[in-house]
Amino acid sequence: MNTSIKDKQPEVLQAVVIRFVGDSGDGMQLTGTQFTDTSAMFGNDVATFPNYPAEIRAPQGSLYGVSGFQVHIGSVEISTPGDSVDLLVAMNPAGLKTNLASVKPGHTIIVDTDAFTKKNLEKAQYETNPLEDGSLENYRIIEVAMTSLTKEALKDVEGLDNKSITRSKNMFALGMVYWMYDRSTEHTVEFFNKKFKSKPHIIEANTKVLNAGYYFAETLELIPNTYSISPAKMPKGTYRIVMGNTATAWGFLAAAEKSGLELFLGSYPITPATDILHELVKHKHFGVKAFQAEDEIAGITSSIGASFAGDLAITTTSGPGLALKGEALGLAMMVELPLVVVNVQRGGPSTGLPTKTEQSDLLQAMYGRNGESPVIVIAASTPANCFDYAFMASKLALEHMTPVILLTDGYIANGSAPWKIKTVSEMPEISNCIIKEATDNWHPYDRNEDSLARNWAIPGTPGLEHRVGGLEKDRVTGNVSYVPDNHEYMTKIRAEKVKRVANYIPDIEPEFAKEGDLLVIGWGGTYGSLHSAVKEMNEDGFENIGLAHFNYINPLPKNTEELIKKYKKVIVCELNNGQFANVLRMNFNGIEFLQYNKVQGLPFGNTELIEKFKQLVK
Amino acid sequence: MENTAVKKYTFKDFASDQEVRWCPGCDDYVILRSMQKALPEMGVNKEDVVFISGIGCSSRFPYYVDSYGMHSIHGRAPAVASGVKLANPNLSVWVITGDGDGMAIGGNHFIHVLRRNLDLNIVLFNNEIYGLTKGQFSPTSLVGQKTKSSPYGNTQPPFHPGELAMGAQARFFARIGGNTPKEMTQLFIEAEKFKGTSLIEVLQNCVIFNDGCFTKFTDKNVRQDMQLHVEHGKPMIFGKERNKGIVLNGLKLEVVTIGENGITEDDLLVHDAKTQDPTLHQMLVRMQEPIVTGIIRAFDDVTLEEREDALTAEVKARSKFKKVDDLLFAGETYQVD
Repeated sequence: MNTSIKDKQPEVLQAVVIRFVGDSGDGMQLTGTQFTDTSAMFGNDVATFPNYPAEIRAPQGSLYGVSGFQVHIGSVEISTPGDSVDLLVAMNPAGLKTNLASVKPGHTIIVDTDAFTKKNLEKAQYETNPLEDGSLENYRIIEVAMTSLTKEALKDVEGLDNKSITRSKNMFALGMVYWMYDRSTEHTVEFFNKKFKSKPHIIEANTKVLNAGYYFAETLELIPNTYSISPAKMPKGTYRIVMGNTATAWGFLAAAEKSGLELFLGSYPITPATDILHELVKHKHFGVKAFQAEDEIAGITSSIGASFAGDLAITTTSGPGLALKGEALGLAMMVELPLVVVNVQRGGPSTGLPTKTEQSDLLQAMYGRNGESPVIVIAASTPANCFDYAFMASKLALEHMTPVILLTDGYIANGSAPWKIKTVSEMPEISNCIIKEATDNWHPYDRNEDSLARNWAIPGTPGLEHRVGGLEKDRVTGNVSYVPDNHEYMTKIRAEKVKRVANYIPDIEPEFAKEGDLLVIGWGGTYGSLHSAVKEMNEDGFENIGLAHFNYINPLPKNTEELIKKYKKVIVCELNNGQFANVLRMNFNGIEFLQYNKVQGLPFGNTELIEKFKQLVK
Repeated sequence: MENTAVKKYTFKDFASDQEVRWCPGCDDYVILRSMQKALPEMGVNKEDVVFISGIGCSSRFPYYVDSYGMHSIHGRAPAVASGVKLANPNLSVWVITGDGDGMAIGGNHFIHVLRRNLDLNIVLFNNEIYGLTKGQFSPTSLVGQKTKSSPYGNTQPPFHPGELAMGAQARFFARIGGNTPKEMTQLFIEAEKFKGTSLIEVLQNCVIFNDGCFTKFTDKNVRQDMQLHVEHGKPMIFGKERNKGIVLNGLKLEVVTIGENGITEDDLLVHDAKTQDPTLHQMLVRMQEPIVTGIIRAFDDVTLEEREDALTAEVKARSKFKKVDDLLFAGETYQVD
């Protein structure tokens, strides 16, 4: 054993980006998740993003079957999963080929040489073996025969078939990376013990391979140094790693408990929103009624029925599904019932790029219905705050008797980050408009004077029997009315009701420069990218740049115009062709809104943003 | 639904203050009146009754009944009603739909609501035409039927609602002429009593766009000869003289006359509405002369809400999560000091 490495001090790094890539069946998501959890428990700030193909099990070794998991860990604040990669672990040639461009020149790539067979090289469309043809000389390549070493490590374990043996090579890779980054294997071993409780030989096998990888790296002279990343300074508290979709589901659970109502979800499977359904169906113990409907329309209309009957009703979807729900959303708006529609945005239009991220459904959310049909639109901006905005969407729907569209996107929905756990008691109170007893002269469209919310009379309540529907309503009785003045009055009051929500939401608070040369405006899932770019610029001396990141889109916070006017230039950055910029232009005359847009199915990179902002403040 | 203290009502209690706006002479009036007469007999409190409709002439129905109601959007009433029932299984939930609303734009919801078997009732007003949009052929219009959208005759073969319902696993299917209020009232009461999704097809005459479409079967003078009104456990007898009946001949139903060819009442088929096997029910819904009315199928089965309730109780009993906080703090958490 080479002991000289042990004596060497690890190199201290602030942050590092690691990407694990391999076949869809290689267990890259699990490997990445384990490294993430171990690092988070060590005290690092983390952000992750999985990148997997739409095909469930694409042909082995193919370029389009590559599955990846990227994790960014740091002793400093981490807001994004990172742009370029410090360490790439490639389990096959296809993984190497599709991810090489993301690796920083001079940085490290670990490859499983056993996978670089003639057949696999052909499938990855390599004419020559990149490990031999000199094409990787700008990188530090660590060649490890992982498959053979895994087999060797398991030769004495009984009861394993060849497939299970080969499949555990991802743990060999994880063991190596643990050693390189000075991490203990303890958490992952505990994970095996829990996960495979009834299969002791699987626990043994995985533990052996993990340790084999760890010791192999320790012994290997090919790995010249180890790195250490100290714990990050984070507020005290109890944390966990959450994915955006899980946090969204939990936000609704919290809102249901807080409001004292039962939660109803009507939903139809669609990427990338389905994980919210997967999560909520588990929670029958909280009385959650999760109804997988026959289509998107039944998803929302069953929710409208549940809302009419007094539940906190939600429906979850992605862009194409929101299009199908449009007519029903108009009904919910017309009958003025509480309803939350979650749209986990993906690349569009049409089927578009289902597994990629985009922010191109904003105008659909704002206007994608027939007639004058305003609804509240809000957007979550990090995996963790999906919890808060799912909660707030429910609160606003119930307190204002209106549909609310909550926008997230594939990037934050599938991304994960540490979340300082909030208790339900820490969350704001939620009231509702339920009326329990008949009073003289009661009408279904009687409204609260301040919010204009109508009252909510629920079937089963004696004396409040009434009818609602999609036809225009008389302003008081709710009966069908074709009276011209009444229609105009009702159109205006429905708009005013949503407008007045501005009185109940917080002002927008800029980060960094509170006034100055440039205001960067963003909304929704781009927060991490924009925050880290503006922060980096401020640290580099550009202290005249501020960031205003919007979570409340319709209505906008009341101080929006006043804030924007404090800066000489304003640039709106979005993963679309400028939808929010246009919303702002419609609302605020005489302000020049510059744009920075990207529509590649990818998040913003740090470098591109900084480059753009520098052009504007020079 | 079960209620311990049900109030006493008359049909007037279920009439809303809204002026009914169907065309004079429309069978919809008969259906409304029959429902308002049936409701007080159902043992259900008025505040627990919910009518959900889609779009079309039939779908104005909820406005005229003084209970809870929603006039929703085209074709979607079964889905809205499913949400209502799942949210509060104690409610008596009724879907009001038509052949266009239920069989065309809402066809998907129609088959799935039957498949799931929630305890709700669907009244399908079948007039073989689009009325509210003023006279286009519908999915139940006959081949050759001349309508505004088929001036040379309809070329699209029709659905038979009963057949479609059987294919979708309907547990309860009944058919009734739109001009027989007494029988209709009784059917509505039976449908409410039945635990599971009940589908009632009303052969409803549209006086404006498809007048007389069912006269052949429903006219007072021919009704007894052209309708076999089935009852569970009773022999299949019909006819003015009560001398006609149905026997099974090979794989076909055949009309016979009692007293001819040695046929006696004992030879006739006895109706079994409650059997799980829908073979007989399928033959009955397809029969054309006579057509079959009454409760053709009423198979008792577990309802969706019963399955859901049982599962929820089971999961609750073994779950360690009592409050949402229990979930949020469970599993892989860590401390930052």
